[in-house]
Amino acid sequence: MDLFLQQTLDGLATGAIYASLALAVVMIYQAIDHFNFAQGEMAMFSTFVAWQLIAWGMPFWFAFLICLVLSFIGGMLIERIVFAPIHDAPVLSHIVVFIALTLIFNALAGFIWDFTIKEFPSPFPAKLPFETNLIGPHELGVVVITLFMLGLIYAFFRFTSVGLAMRAAAANPVSAALVGISVKKMLALGWGLAALVGAVAGMMIAPKVYLEPNMMLGILLYGFAGAVVGGLTSPGGAVVGGFLMGVLENLAGEYVIGSELKLTFALVVIVAVLLFKPAGLFGRVVVQRV
Amino acid sequence: MALLAVNNLSAFYGPIQALKGISFSMEEGSVTTILGANGAGKTTTLRAICGMVRTEGSISYLGNEISGKPTEQTVASGVAHVPEGRGTFTRVTTEENLLLGSYTRRDKQAMKEDLETVYTYFPRLKERRDQQAGTLSGGEQQMLAVGRALMLRPKLMLLDEPSFGLAPLIVEELFGILKRINEQQKVSMLLVEQNATLALNLADHAYLLETGTVVISGTSDEIAADETVRRSYLGY
Amino acid sequence: MASSDQQMPGTRANPADSYELFGVKMPALRMAAILIGIVLALVLPLIVSNFAVFQMTQVLVYAIAVLGLNLLTGYNGQFSLGHSAFYALGAYTAAIMIDRYDIAFYWTIIPAGIICFVGGFLFGLPALRLDGLYLALATFALAVATPQLLKYEHFEEFTGGVQGIDVFKPDSPVGFLNADQYLYFFVLICGGLLIVGAWNLVRGRTGRAMIAIRDNPIAAKTMGINTSLYKSVTFGVSGFYTGVAGALGAIVAEYVAPDSFTFFLSVWFLVGMVVGGLASIPAAIAGGIFILYMPNVSEWVIAQFFGNDPSAKALIWVAFGLFLIFTVYVVPNGLAGLVRRFIMMFARRPGG
Repeated sequence: MDLFLQQTLDGLATGAIYASLALAVVMIYQAIDHFNFAQGEMAMFSTFVAWQLIAWGMPFWFAFLICLVLSFIGGMLIERIVFAPIHDAPVLSHIVVFIALTLIFNALAGFIWDFTIKEFPSPFPAKLPFETNLIGPHELGVVVITLFMLGLIYAFFRFTSVGLAMRAAAANPVSAALVGISVKKMLALGWGLAALVGAVAGMMIAPKVYLEPNMMLGILLYGFAGAVVGGLTSPGGAVVGGFLMGVLENLAGEYVIGSELKLTFALVVIVAVLLFKPAGLFGRVVVQRV
Repeated sequence: MALLAVNNLSAFYGPIQALKGISFSMEEGSVTTILGANGAGKTTTLRAICGMVRTEGSISYLGNEISGKPTEQTVASGVAHVPEGRGTFTRVTTEENLLLGSYTRRDKQAMKEDLETVYTYFPRLKERRDQQAGTLSGGEQQMLAVGRALMLRPKLMLLDEPSFGLAPLIVEELFGILKRINEQQKVSMLLVEQNATLALNLADHAYLLETGTVVISGTSDEIAADETVRRSYLGY
Repeated sequence: MASSDQQMPGTRANPADSYELFGVKMPALRMAAILIGIVLALVLPLIVSNFAVFQMTQVLVYAIAVLGLNLLTGYNGQFSLGHSAFYALGAYTAAIMIDRYDIAFYWTIIPAGIICFVGGFLFGLPALRLDGLYLALATFALAVATPQLLKYEHFEEFTGGVQGIDVFKPDSPVGFLNADQYLYFFVLICGGLLIVGAWNLVRGRTGRAMIAIRDNPIAAKTMGINTSLYKSVTFGVSGFYTGVAGALGAIVAEYVAPDSFTFFLSVWFLVGMVVGGLASIPAAIAGGIFILYMPNVSEWVIAQFFGNDPSAKALIWVAFGLFLIFTVYVVPNGLAGLVRRFIMMFARRPGG
C-alpha cells in the first residue's frame, strides 16, 4: 500500500510538470488552433537561462523570477516576429515553423551551453519539516509551486478584465475586435504566458532529470498526452489530464509495463484518446461545418 | 459637421468589388437605414466602416478620417457594431459579455452606471446575468449584443440585421427599445435591415443599395411612399 | 523541370506541355533534363572519390525517404512527423536479416519495404479518424517513442539494444566497380525503379484520387472515391518507400542503432520535403541533396567564424531552422516551386 501511495504522490509531482506543459499547449491551441511543438524546447531554453543566472551567483528565487520575466517577453516576441506573419498560412506551414523553432532552440542551447549534463539546484530544503517516506521534499515543493502558479493563472483569467479579454479574443476574434480588443496584443500575451508556464515546468523538473538540451522532448510528449486526455478545448481539463498522466505513468511503470516503455505508453494514450474520445475528459467536440 | 460621412467608398473581398463608390452621410442623433436584397453590400458597408474589409475612398467620423484604421481604434473612438449573427461570446456569462463591451473605457463609475442602464432597458438580461451567454435564446442574445454595444457609450451604433431569425413580437419589443435608446441616450444608429417596413418605421433616413451602388435615397417617409420600393421591398 | 502539375480528370497530358522556353518545347526540355540527370548519375560515381560516392549514395537514400513522405503529405495531404519510425523499421529489418539470418543484402530490401507497407497501412487505419494537426501529434508521439522502443530490453535479442547491430557493406562482385560504387549503383537502380513507380502512381487514377482527397476530402467522397481505402493505402505506400530507404540506409551506414532514429530524423525528412517542394518528384532528389550537403556547407561557413569548436557545430541546426522558416515565408513551394516560377517567367506559348 505504501508503494502505491508513494508512486501516486510521486506521480502527482511529475504530473504537475505535465499539467503545466499541457496548460501551455492548450492556451496556445485555443488562441491559434495550432499545437506548439516547440513548447518543450522553449521551456528547456528558459531553464538554461535560469541555470546561467544561478551560475553567475544569483540566488535561486531571484533567478527564477527574472527567468519568468525573460520567458514571458521571449514568448511575446516569438509570436509577434515568427507567427504573426503566417497567421493565415496553411497548417503545414505552421507545423514546419514550429519544428524549425524546436531545432533552433535545441541547437542554440547546445551551442551556448554545450551538450554535457548539468546539475540544476532544487530550491527546496533537503528534508521535510515532518516525517514521511511517502513523498520527497522536492516533489512536494513542485506540487505546491505548480498549484500556486495554476491558481494565479486561474484567478487572472477569471477575475481580471485582461484575462476576460484574452478569453474573448481566443473564442471569437471577430467579436473581440468589435469591442475594441486588440486581438494581436492578446495573442502575444497568450504566448508570453504559455512561455512563462513552460519555464516554471522546466525549472521544476530540471533538478530531477538533469539539465541538457534534449531533456524536454519526452516530457513534452506527456504534456501533450495530458492535454489530449483532459480535453484540448479545456485549460482546466488539461491540468487534470497532466496530473493524471503523471500518476498513470508511475503506476503503469510500476505494475504493468516496467519503466522502459513509458514513451510508448504516452503514444498509446494519445492515439487511443484521439480515436475513441477526441474531446477528452472535459473538452467539447468541435463540429466541422461542411 | 456630419457624424458620419462616406464618400465614394469602394470595398473589396480579395479581387471582388462589393461596394462601387457609394456616398452617404448621417447627422448626429439620426437613425439611418440601409436597405437592399441579399448581396447588395449592406453588411459590407458596416464592415467597411469598422475597418474589417479593404476599402478605397473616404470614411469620415466626427470629422476624422477612419478608413484604413484598425478595427480596435475605430471602436475605441465610439463606434459600436452589433454584428450579423449577434457575435455573442458564448462561453462567458451574460454580464461578462456586457463588461467586454466597455473594454476600451477607463471610467469605472460611469461603466457601473451604464451597466445598470442596460439592465433597465433589458430586464431579461439582468435575470440571466450569471448564465452562460450561449444558453440564452436568440432574442435574448440579440438584446445582449445591443446591450454590449451600448456599454461602449457609443456615439454611433451600427446594427446588422437585428431582426434576423427572431419572432415578430420580440422584434417589435427590440425595435421599441432601440427607439428609446436613440432618443434617451442620444445614440445615432446606422441600421442594416432586410425587413424594410420595420426599418423605415424606426429610421428617419434611408438608402437603398443594389449590387454595391446606392439607387435611391431620401427620408424614410419618401422611401416608404416610393412605388418601386413598395413593389420590390415592401410587398404591396 | 515542370512536373506533376494537377491534371484535368480524364486527360493524361500535362497542361504545361504546350509552352516553349527559349524556343524549345517543354516536353523536349523535360526529356533533356532527365537525360542529363541520368548521365550524371551514371558517370559521376566513376570519376569522383569514394567518399563522394558514399555521399551520393546517401543523397539517394534520403531522396527515397523524402519521396515516401512527399507521397503522403504532398500528394495526399496527410501530415507525418513520424517517418523516422518507418525508416527505422526498414533499417532494422534489413540489419536483422543480414546479421542474424545471413540473408544477402539484396533480398532484404523488398521484405523491409513490405513490412513497412503493412506498418504504414496499419497506422493509416486509425489515422483515418485524425486530421491535420491531430495526425501530426500522433505521428510526433510515434517518432518520440521509437528510440526508446528500440532500446527495450525484451527486444534486445533482435535489436541489439543500445549498441544496435553492425552490418557490413557488401563486396563488389564486378571487377570494374569498387564496393562503394557497386552499392551506389544498387541504390540507384532501386531508387530509379521507385521513382518511376511513384511517377506512374501520381500520373494515373490513383494519383488523381490522392490529390482530390488532399484538396477536398468531402468532395472526393461525393465523387465516389473510397477515401478511407486510398488514405490507408497511401500511408502504406509511403511507409514502403521510407522503409526501403531505411533498409538501403542501414547498409550504406553499415550499422543501425536506436539513437540514429530519433524525432530529429523525421525533422530531416520534413525539411527535405519542404525545401525540395511539395507534390513534386524531382523535388525529392533536391531535398535529398539539401539534407546531405546543407550541413556540410553550413559547417564550412561556421568554421570560418568559429574555427573547430565542436559546440559551434550545433549552429548548423540553427541554420537549418532558419532556412526552414525562410522557405515557409519566401518560397512556400520549395525549390521545385522556385524552378517552376522561374521557368514560367520565360516560357511562352508558341505563336502567342
